[in-house]
Amino acid sequence: MNAPRCSLAPYAFLAPFFALFAGFVLLPLASTAGLSLFRWNPTEGWQALTFVGFENYAFVLDDPWFWHTLRTSAWLTLVGGLPQHLLALPLAWLVWRHAGRGQALVSGIYFLPFVTSSVAVALAFSTLFASDTGLANQLLATLRGWPGLSLLLPAEAVHWLSEPDAARWVVAMLMFWRYLGWNLVLYLAALQVLPEDGFEAATLDGASGWQQFRHIALPQLRPTIAFAVTLTWIGGLQLFDEPLILAQDGRAGAAQTTAIYVYRNAFEYGDFGAAAAMAWLLLALIAVGAALLLWLLRTREPA
Amino acid sequence: MKRLLAWGLIGAGALTMLAPFWLMLVYASHGKGALFDAMPPLWFGDQTGVNLSLLFGQLPFWRNLALSFYVAAMSTVLALVLCSSAGFAFAVYRFPGRRLLFALVLAGMLLPPYMAMIPSYMLIDALGWIDTPRALWLPTAACALGVFLMRQYIASIVPANTLDAARIDGCSEWQLFRHVVLPQCGPALATLALIVFVSSWNNFIMPLTVLRTPEMYTVPLALRSLQNPTNTEWGTVMAGAALASLPLMLLFACTARRMMSGMMAGVPRD
Repeated sequence: MNAPRCSLAPYAFLAPFFALFAGFVLLPLASTAGLSLFRWNPTEGWQALTFVGFENYAFVLDDPWFWHTLRTSAWLTLVGGLPQHLLALPLAWLVWRHAGRGQALVSGIYFLPFVTSSVAVALAFSTLFASDTGLANQLLATLRGWPGLSLLLPAEAVHWLSEPDAARWVVAMLMFWRYLGWNLVLYLAALQVLPEDGFEAATLDGASGWQQFRHIALPQLRPTIAFAVTLTWIGGLQLFDEPLILAQDGRAGAAQTTAIYVYRNAFEYGDFGAAAAMAWLLLALIAVGAALLLWLLRTREPA
Repeated sequence: MKRLLAWGLIGAGALTMLAPFWLMLVYASHGKGALFDAMPPLWFGDQTGVNLSLLFGQLPFWRNLALSFYVAAMSTVLALVLCSSAGFAFAVYRFPGRRLLFALVLAGMLLPPYMAMIPSYMLIDALGWIDTPRALWLPTAACALGVFLMRQYIASIVPANTLDAARIDGCSEWQLFRHVVLPQCGPALATLALIVFVSSWNNFIMPLTVLRTPEMYTVPLALRSLQNPTNTEWGTVMAGAALASLPLMLLFACTARRMMSGMMAGVPRD
């Protein structure tokens, strides 16, 4: 489509971005791969760089803490991430069908947690879940007084942020709260551009709202779902800020994600090689998972 | 009836979204003790002034806010320029190397930021940028997602024959970009601006590695430094958290309308 005279033009438009991108993304990334083959503590200077081949990978794969953090990351992604979609999809549908001109306002409110400081909200959550007397425990205490609920609820105040399992749940709740609106907006955006006539015909045929959601909207949303779930997977396995702030007490414990472990290995234990190997292993996991998700959600098109 | 039920569900969800913000503001107006009373406060107290003066006494918080703002604004402006021109190139030209370069952009989108953390730190150290804002805004501006977004948007709004017509009228390639395409990109640019600004404002892991002195801290680091394992002044922390969230919400309020239409063009569909 473009005339030969401007054959250099695209490169001129790309050059500024790629200069920065190469310097600050591609080059560091390639160096991470290189670094994973060396044993190195940066405080000892460049001459301390020792080539060890795949030793770092063997070391990391043999490290029970690495596996522990990986399980934590995966658990958080599954429990804090995936249920968002189960709620965001029908919610987007309800907003689209019923909110009329209020759609922008409603989706704006849901989007708000996403556009706030992650550290600020993590700190806010840590007051809500503070031990003994935080709002969450006060609420539990009140609910326990209601007939029937006392059997279902824990009998004593939960140490949300220092008990390993509870801390994970708090981080998952925060993830759910923070990213639900992001997914809602994605799905709403996709719904708004679906062709209207399918829904009109269905309404004339007497299809219920649920049937229209299930049989007309959902199949057409498949690519968006694949995109959104993949983003959740990628984001979940990269989780860093929230667990670091929330579960500070259990530093080495329950809410330590692989991202945090990579950071600690590099900057606290001074083992850059192992940290780099870990980063690459996690990247492999993210990539395989993302490819699998896209394949699962794309290939089963309705006939 | 159905409509009422739908609104009930939507409204309950919206309240859940807003509740933590409400509590953040309420707690910012109470002393630290009040949060752990038998019944934590749900309405404003009278300690806002005390909390703020404690906050500003402990930290150079105005400076931290100004630095965060500077870093976010610089990376946003730079990202808008770089991503729109690169997105334009991918959307309108066919050229050798296009697929490879675009694959690199996609890979950049999927990669976790801390993958490159260690060498980035080494690079910034080698450049002598430790403890400078530059170390934060330059890397953030290399936003691969932004290129993807701009490419999608430009491809969806610009018909090929418009460009050819403009070329026949004697438009240079630069003029095409600057005067024909860019003026139509408002929604995509608003979306991108919001995403870059928010991620730059929230950036935590990079400042954690490259910033050293509290005078150079961006807001997330400053907030975190208030967190004390044994004795945290929660009212003060919440006052800081509220101040940290406010600029982002104002920005969102200004861009929300355009952003929705930008998202609509960017979401993949058949």
